[in-house]
Amino acid sequence: MIGYVARRILLAIPVLVGIMLVVFFLIRAIPGDPCTALLGERATAEACARFNEANGLDQPIVVQLGIYMKNVVTFNLGESVRFSRPVSQLLIERLPLTTELAMSALLIAVTVGVPLGILAARRHNTIVDTATMAFANVGVSMPVFWLGLMLAYLFALVLADTPLHLPPSGRLSAGVLSTPYYEVWGWNLQEGTFWAGLNEYISNHYIFNSFITAQWEVFGDAVRHMILPAVALATIPLSIIARMTRSSLLEVMGKDYIRTARAKGASERQVVRRHALRNALLPVVTIIGLQLGLLLGGAVLTETIFNLAGVGRALFDAILGRDYAIVQGFTVIVASIYVIVNLLVDLSYAYLDPRIRLE
Amino acid sequence: MSTENTPRRPSLAAKAALVEQLETQAGDVGRLYERPTSQWRLAARRFRERRSGMIGLGIVATLLLVALFAPVIAPYEPTEILIGKEDVTRRSPPCVHVLGCSEDQPQHILGVDGNVRDVFSRIVYGSRVSLRLGFFTVTLALVVGTTLGAIAGYRGGWLDNGIMRIMDVVLGFPALLLAIAIVAVLGPGLTNALIAIAIVTLPQYARVVRSQVLALKESDYVAASKALGSSGARVLFRRIIPNALTPLVVLATLGIATAILEAAGLSFLGLGAQPPTPEWGAMLAEERNQVFTSPHLVFFPGLAIMITVLGFNLMGDGLRDALDPTLNA
Repeated sequence: MIGYVARRILLAIPVLVGIMLVVFFLIRAIPGDPCTALLGERATAEACARFNEANGLDQPIVVQLGIYMKNVVTFNLGESVRFSRPVSQLLIERLPLTTELAMSALLIAVTVGVPLGILAARRHNTIVDTATMAFANVGVSMPVFWLGLMLAYLFALVLADTPLHLPPSGRLSAGVLSTPYYEVWGWNLQEGTFWAGLNEYISNHYIFNSFITAQWEVFGDAVRHMILPAVALATIPLSIIARMTRSSLLEVMGKDYIRTARAKGASERQVVRRHALRNALLPVVTIIGLQLGLLLGGAVLTETIFNLAGVGRALFDAILGRDYAIVQGFTVIVASIYVIVNLLVDLSYAYLDPRIRLE
Repeated sequence: MSTENTPRRPSLAAKAALVEQLETQAGDVGRLYERPTSQWRLAARRFRERRSGMIGLGIVATLLLVALFAPVIAPYEPTEILIGKEDVTRRSPPCVHVLGCSEDQPQHILGVDGNVRDVFSRIVYGSRVSLRLGFFTVTLALVVGTTLGAIAGYRGGWLDNGIMRIMDVVLGFPALLLAIAIVAVLGPGLTNALIAIAIVTLPQYARVVRSQVLALKESDYVAASKALGSSGARVLFRRIIPNALTPLVVLATLGIATAILEAAGLSFLGLGAQPPTPEWGAMLAEERNQVFTSPHLVFFPGLAIMITVLGFNLMGDGLRDALDPTLNA
């Protein structure tokens, strides 16, 4: 097992380095330079020269690459030219939203998708099965942005005067503020330190922060704001997970050991729970991990529709605004999370199924 | 084989005897099948038996017809601005005469958009854009991906390692984000969106082909072909690839669905089709701020995307079940 883990980690490193290189060159290949993107088309040559010097853009490309690599390794992500603020600060502000959004979506997808799949498999070839799979097929075919807009229309406008009303944009209602837990608990944090940044980052997960500090009004408001974007984002993964669970369970239910379990007199419930599900859910675990990329891509669209200042939207704006530092910094973080999660999925899979690590 | 005793042309009686003998030898096996059934005929039969696959095929066929006969079906030109030509207002809701809309008003069954164009006509013409885009994206990804995967699998060694690590890097990005970055480099537009989506989906084809090639390259018929002196390229493209087609057909059909969905996403972000192209994602993006006042302008283009994607997804699933019942997931 240790050998397998080491091998998988070593294999992930060239992929991460490759991603960094691709991002570095790709963003520099975008037509137009940061100077004109920021200072406008009519910026003078001197102004541009000063701007480039201040931001290290006058160095040869190899030197820029070297600086970039060194910065990534030392966790210094540079400064955004558009916001004139450190990229790490922007991450502290924006990543928590995307994390909460992706986690909520994944939670919905798993808690609804897996039971739906089990239900369809248990009632194989009945109307329940057909209806569930029809739902799943429609679900995977739905554009996230369309579903988001339609949900917003339905819950924010049509159901405006009912208890089902949900807000269509933002993280919190106007006037509602989430007080960070370290302020609630009276911690004394030295501003500018890593420790302070880390705490600020954690407390920016509004749902989590308001929950642990019992700010129930804030918690309710944050959750209500999260429902629509999370449901929109969850639909595709949910459908994929439901289909996967169904086909995997159906396959397992046809195995000999299931017949044996039945033959020895186990109840159908026991057979499914104790014998079938454990094996059937293995491929589902992999699928759940793979959905993360989809969630991060979908976050760009969801954050656009619901006016959420998250990582996806920031990255999109930065690509179009040629804000090299943000694109480089954010992509490295996002891609690292993606690679690490996939690594964890692979490892959990190997842990659950010994055949894999022996290959 | 032929001996002196055997006549050149066996008599009819001899033939009948021979057939009888063969049948007896073959035993019951020969009689199990009433007539020889080819692999493809079997697959077609299996495909027809699955209702969802047939629904998918029906949707796709209808779409093809709509795209083909768009000028006949659409009452207006897709970019025709109706101001001054008709008594309509901007973003007026759907008006269908049979459903009780006043006969004095011009009929626009899906309403009129913010530039006073007939939404139904734009959606009908939009099918051309989406189908073409899905088809060309997949063709591009399929050709390049297959070539790369085949070379990687057949050659092995450093070439295999190099190609597959690059594919890993591409897969290491969330697909839509990488596509956005590529379009940013190439410049917004439908063709560039197509190329971007082809690049981000290409590793899937490469991986499938590589694993197929790896499995087939050790088979006896490949060894036989090599022994006959076939060149490497001939073995690869004439002997191995044709036998690895099944999963590719399925992947490509499902790939069209993905391509249409991703392209709509790019267009929605303003990176794909540019106005006044009647592309569904772009139509939706143009009117997204009007969703609370004129929901029909958002609803119908999105519905068109969903139905199209659903059609290709169902057809792809049906094909997978029909072509290879052992393939799952």
